[in-house]
Amino acid sequence: MTIVDDSTTPGLAGPPAGHGPRRDPAPLLPDPRPVRVLGTDTAAVFDPTLLHEIHRQLVLGRRYNQQATTLTRQGRLAVYPASTGQEACQVAAAMVLRSRDWLFPTYRDTLAVVARGVRPIDALTQMRGHAHCGYDPYEYRIAPLSTPLATQAAHAVGLAHAARLRAAARPASAEDLVALALVGDGATSEGDFHEALNFAGVLGAPVVFLVQNNGYAISVPLSRQSAAPTLAHKAVGYGIAGRLVDGNDALAVYSVLSDAVAHARAGRGPVLVEAITYRLEAHTNADDATRYRSAHEVDAWRARDPVTLLEQHLRAAGLLDEARATAVAREAEELAARMRAQFDAAAQPDPDSLFTHVYAEPTAQLREQAADLAARLAADADYDDRDDRDDRDDRDDYDGGGA
Amino acid sequence: MVAALNAALRDALATDPEVHVLGEDVGALGGVFRVTDGLAAEFGTQRCLDTPLAEAGILGTAIGMAMYGLRPVVEMQFDAFAYPAFEQLVSHAAKMRNRTAGRMGLPITIRVPYGGGVGGVEHHSDSSEAYYAHTPGLHVVTPATVADSYGLLRAAIASDDPVVFLEPKRLYWSSDPGPASSGDVPPIGRAVVRRTGTSATLLTYGPSLPVCLEAADAAGAEGYDLAVVDLRSLVPFDDETVCAAVRATGRAVVVHEASGFGGVGAEIAARVSERCFHHLAAPVLRVTGYDIPYPPPMLEKHHLPSVDRILDVVARLQWDQ
Repeated sequence: MTIVDDSTTPGLAGPPAGHGPRRDPAPLLPDPRPVRVLGTDTAAVFDPTLLHEIHRQLVLGRRYNQQATTLTRQGRLAVYPASTGQEACQVAAAMVLRSRDWLFPTYRDTLAVVARGVRPIDALTQMRGHAHCGYDPYEYRIAPLSTPLATQAAHAVGLAHAARLRAAARPASAEDLVALALVGDGATSEGDFHEALNFAGVLGAPVVFLVQNNGYAISVPLSRQSAAPTLAHKAVGYGIAGRLVDGNDALAVYSVLSDAVAHARAGRGPVLVEAITYRLEAHTNADDATRYRSAHEVDAWRARDPVTLLEQHLRAAGLLDEARATAVAREAEELAARMRAQFDAAAQPDPDSLFTHVYAEPTAQLREQAADLAARLAADADYDDRDDRDDRDDRDDYDGGGA
Repeated sequence: MVAALNAALRDALATDPEVHVLGEDVGALGGVFRVTDGLAAEFGTQRCLDTPLAEAGILGTAIGMAMYGLRPVVEMQFDAFAYPAFEQLVSHAAKMRNRTAGRMGLPITIRVPYGGGVGGVEHHSDSSEAYYAHTPGLHVVTPATVADSYGLLRAAIASDDPVVFLEPKRLYWSSDPGPASSGDVPPIGRAVVRRTGTSATLLTYGPSLPVCLEAADAAGAEGYDLAVVDLRSLVPFDDETVCAAVRATGRAVVVHEASGFGGVGAEIAARVSERCFHHLAAPVLRVTGYDIPYPPPMLEKHHLPSVDRILDVVARLQWDQ
């Protein structure tokens, strides 16, 4: 499966010349029937090792989502926007990238961050109440989780463009990297989504945009968000290829994203992939999804759970026996136990860190403010110590030294 | 000043292969003010890139380029046209270092032609410095002389933090006798005393510096010997130079084009009052634009600080006590 056959559509990367009609839109148009692999003949050609790895990642991913949700209910995470039900997209996004590629996630994509190698406790650092993303973006080639919607899509374009500039200037250290930007359906309404796709098209940048269309932007359904035939059709307006995929079919998401990444890596231009999926949990722990969607609707999507769909296929194909299923389940429990242990041992942020990374060098004003806070904290600690001593003295005086 | 800014960009592009200029009309046209004139011809259309007309996209793309290690210099065509990029500036450029515990700084220079006095129609004359100065994580600098426009722009490009570089439009065509280029790069964050005096100290920056110097010359006839401080950098703010200059005279007036309410002048007046109270013979006064939308060309002369308005306010600094 290729994104666009270049033999019939040359010069997709970058804008064509002239200002009249410039390009046949047909090759860019998505097939309005989402690509599916499970239940088709294509499923049979998947390498069993790859199938097992996708399955393992899905099971681990589901357990990760469940554990993070539980930790939130226990008050150990300030907030958790779960990707339960969207694991196929999350896992595939991480798996199709090579180590030199970059991932640009949103707040709902911590599973993709974990699947790319970041420890869960680190991926959830901001959700735990810290100022920073918790991992080194350069070590993992993952941008910090973006909370403002679609803004990071432009960063993906800029980074991918910069890599190509650098490659042209210094061929010896050239990296044919791809940037993968994750956005939700609601974010496609943002101006930054439009601007990012437009820049990507004009620059011919090696970027893939994955829209996880889970049907709702918090409570607002897609019908109130866009009148487009599909969100993938938006690509055509920017001269880039749009593709539509069943987001709960892990093999389909993996295939389409792999092809999109290969297309971008080969210098054939950006790709917009829309994956139709569903958020089985509420927007976050602070949300009440029963106010805007029915149990009937949720049940229908539960029946298309991406983990179950793949398991059914594997069992039918004789690729998942009880021993393997048990081993993967055990590994998932170990992941959950590791998350709980990591949270038990999590360090508190140092108040001085408030001032440390505002600028490369703190300004004189920030140094003054840091000193002021430090003095206040020292005075408080001193007061607490005295208070403790006074308590002990009180006991000595009035309680005869008894404990 | 345009020539000095152009020289600074040319020298930065020639010295550092990571420097890239991008913006609307910066290529073949050389920018609407010609600040990027000839750069695309000399360094190629990738090093000096004409972008689509979309300010958030320009800055967002520049942020991604900086994440990869480049040093983008963004041109916003006019002050009021920079507002679509505000979210990228405030939520990403200003915070990326903090959001990554110092691991990812963004060395981006955002050049913004600003201020009035050029007869611009609506949306072409805003003084937007307070918006930027109020955002932690940004440096905000504004040159008022030819020499500083070269030196500060080189310093901004060399900075490892994002710098909003405010270029006073009405000084673009000024040619004060300073050198157009030199190896002397003034550090960001240092104000400079442009004129010493004994009666009172005018604190100003950017487009209002020449007005203040003219007012100081005229004040001599009225018996006032005015000092003039050019702030050059609004963030970081040089409390040391400002306070020393105010203590030396015991009186201070802040002068800027932007509306007074919630403006940079209010911050300066507060800082001076907090730090120099016992040296002050009068309250710190301000001469600013009125609290109105920027006026049309036919009325802007009433809005902008003028020599007469400055002298009138100087006269109110409680001289008879």
